[in-house]
Amino acid sequence: MSVLRCFSFSRGALWCVTRPHLQECTPTSRRLLSAMTQVVPPILSVTPSRALVDEKFKVLVENLPPGCPVTVRSLHHSEDKDDWEAYGHYVSDHSGVVSVSEDLSYGGTYTGKEPMGLLWSMRPVPGSRPGLRLRKMNVCTPMLVTVSVHSGHEGFRDQAPLASVLTERWYMAPGIRRININEQGVQGTLFIPPGPGPFPGLLDMWGGGGGLLESRAALLASHGYVSLALDYLGFDQESENLEFKYFETAFNIIKDHPQVMPDRVGIFGLSLGSLVAVTLAAYSTIVKPCCIVCISCNHYYPARGSTVTSKFEGVTRQLSKARVNEDNQVIWKDVALEFITDPSNIAEVGRINCPTLLVNGCDDQNWPTVETAEDVARLMREAGKEHLLSRLAYPDTGHLIEPPFSPHFRATTFVMRSSKEKVILLWGGQTKPHSDAQEDSWRKILSFLQFHLYCSPNLKAKI
Amino acid sequence: MDRKQCCVKLSVQPSRGLMDEKFIVLVQNALPGSQLTIRALHQCEDGHSWEAFGHYTADTTGTINVSEDPSIRGTYSGVEQMGLLWSLRPIPGSKPGLRMRKKNIQTPMEVTISVYQGHQTEGFADLVPLSGVVVERWYMAPGVRRIPVTEGGLTAALFLPLGPGPFPGLLDLYGLGGELVEYRAALLASHGFASMAIDYLTSKFTIETGKMVDRQYFETAYRVLQQHPQVCKSRIAMIGLSFGTSITLKMAIYSEIIKLSAAVCISGTHVQPVDGSVEEILRFPYKNVGKTRFSEKDEVICRDLMLPIPTDPSLKADVGRLQCPLLLLVGEDDQNWPTQESALNIKEMMAQAGNSHLLTVLSYPNAGHLIEPPYTPHTRSSNFRPAGMPEKVMCLWGGQTVEHSRAQEDAWKKILVFLRENLYGDRNPTLFSHL
Repeated sequence: MSVLRCFSFSRGALWCVTRPHLQECTPTSRRLLSAMTQVVPPILSVTPSRALVDEKFKVLVENLPPGCPVTVRSLHHSEDKDDWEAYGHYVSDHSGVVSVSEDLSYGGTYTGKEPMGLLWSMRPVPGSRPGLRLRKMNVCTPMLVTVSVHSGHEGFRDQAPLASVLTERWYMAPGIRRININEQGVQGTLFIPPGPGPFPGLLDMWGGGGGLLESRAALLASHGYVSLALDYLGFDQESENLEFKYFETAFNIIKDHPQVMPDRVGIFGLSLGSLVAVTLAAYSTIVKPCCIVCISCNHYYPARGSTVTSKFEGVTRQLSKARVNEDNQVIWKDVALEFITDPSNIAEVGRINCPTLLVNGCDDQNWPTVETAEDVARLMREAGKEHLLSRLAYPDTGHLIEPPFSPHFRATTFVMRSSKEKVILLWGGQTKPHSDAQEDSWRKILSFLQFHLYCSPNLKAKI
Repeated sequence: MDRKQCCVKLSVQPSRGLMDEKFIVLVQNALPGSQLTIRALHQCEDGHSWEAFGHYTADTTGTINVSEDPSIRGTYSGVEQMGLLWSLRPIPGSKPGLRMRKKNIQTPMEVTISVYQGHQTEGFADLVPLSGVVVERWYMAPGVRRIPVTEGGLTAALFLPLGPGPFPGLLDLYGLGGELVEYRAALLASHGFASMAIDYLTSKFTIETGKMVDRQYFETAYRVLQQHPQVCKSRIAMIGLSFGTSITLKMAIYSEIIKLSAAVCISGTHVQPVDGSVEEILRFPYKNVGKTRFSEKDEVICRDLMLPIPTDPSLKADVGRLQCPLLLLVGEDDQNWPTQESALNIKEMMAQAGNSHLLTVLSYPNAGHLIEPPYTPHTRSSNFRPAGMPEKVMCLWGGQTVEHSRAQEDAWKKILVFLRENLYGDRNPTLFSHL
């Protein structure tokens, strides 16, 4: 009989588990255990069973034998038909309970006390194609995750699960309306919260990966913002002016919507999308965003007179000189750092006149966002705009800072727009700190948006 | 646009919940001390609109938390976390005698919850709320499957939880209204029980032959459930409401085939001709139809039809012979059946027979006949047509809304604990002494 390592539980009691591993049970006890499990399974529950993707859940296993080693596992079959999983090894207490929110995981894809580890530590199952990224394209249906409990720790996959439940993770709260936008040349998807409004608005843009990602806009709508997920990379705009007009028109579509408060429209961008946010805020004479959120900020704005799209293509062409590491992952950060050292290559962020939140990861390997954030801070300070700037910088966090509980991808496959070449881009970050950053930054982003778009200080003064 | 109005934020967590889950309704960013009305609106499947509302005052931070703050007045008052659901009632002008029952349990009940300026009591349709959200209330947890059952001539629906199982089984019976009533079985499956809702009064068999089913019908249901590969053969219980109780007791005590691990009897009686067929048991109370009373509103009161409780043992199911735990739920203001008197007599009979350790009685003052899953509106009276009867009558079920709603909440919790203990519990404590 082996003695499992002593752990001090969060309740402060030192507990030495002398129960044998399942495989080391005597034949009698193993038979008894499996006889029991044949008769009545443990009771597994995930509460709430239906939630928004940024909401927490409680996973509980009951009716186990005392001191029983089990593995709790999550499984998701993605839209791209890949399987993603996470799992933690637990031991039940003497009332036969494993509580993922309260107990420590002794190993698996996450360790320690991690109520949401079954989501954020998900990764493709062994044998999957490399470089996968999990993105939900259809936000009208929930992400389905099967949570199951298995006997034992090592080799838990060898047997059928003891129990499983299905949990739904939604991007859209009930009552949200999703409307395809194709007007005045602008293409995207608009999400409108239920209720009379009027609501604040948000222009939402992802990065250079292409395709229209609606997930964040849908989630922002679930928090009370009329949000437009903007498709902007698919089009080859003829000129910078026309392209700028595209963004301004998109902004105005939100602003002019009957259910939107016209002076409460902000911009939310990640990576290349943050470049659009920053340049609109700095240069547009037509649109005045109420505030902007820039995740993994990019302020590289060379050669005035060319479009963001062509700038991006120019950048990616130059980035072909980028370093490739031993794992054949492409690191853009170092080459990009050279680009942004020339002051004529960067946007005049000192012209920004609205509250700005910068969020970046210190282990960003894709873009020098640490240096960018420092540079933006310096330029805004020099322009006397420092009071408008808030910054969040997270250690061991990479480039793709997404809403909480989405899996971390350190490197994924990326198709270069012009050459159609497939490379593996290194985004950076270590899973646990990156996931903590996603959770913390989302909360802070929502509170920033609430502060500036729902209740401005001016309003409070009037009361 | 009045700016200050736009600040008010309303949220309900969770926005998608099971029917028996609590939610937290929160209003934020209101003007401190302002008077607000929180209202729920639901349009049920037959097109009728139901509403509930409470009057609140925002605190100094501009917040109202329905689970902590009192409603000053409305369709509910006091601190009532779920008042917006259980106090739902038909909007003014609706026809009388309505009862809210969901037929299609694969879609959620949608409730719009809104907050209005001031303390409003009527005319909500003409007011613009400050904020509104939509909440979904589900009978079926994700992954629960609905399987129609027609084997052996049954008209039934089996609700199976997700997972390998095997799961304990449940046979679920409603009362004289007939039809296939699925919502409770669906909800019980969401709690890990393979639950079969059974139509035994308006089944395909009865419609086609004109004949009523008998004992074999229920025994077939039991067999079909037992034989399902994901059902635990030796852990099957039965839950019945009203006339469903009569069937449950008959099967639990007298069936050679049905061996129940537990029985739940809600708002029922043990009074029945012991050697009678199901049809005879059904017709039995009508011998005393002259004892029907009427309330001042002309609602039909049926409770006297089976009173006084007979002393003749051939007219009462012999509960002394019960071999499984029995949970009895009693609404003390039941105007439809003599539930309280029956419970007392059942207690006496079991005490005499020496099996009263099997009995648990939960008795609720001012609760009526229709003790349903929690947070659904209390129906004190409704238009009711017993299966096979030509006319609807306005039937008085009884109960006072606040106490009845509390009873539903408490009863449901205790039913789940009872079922879990008896169906999931370790019935052989020595099993683990070696481990």
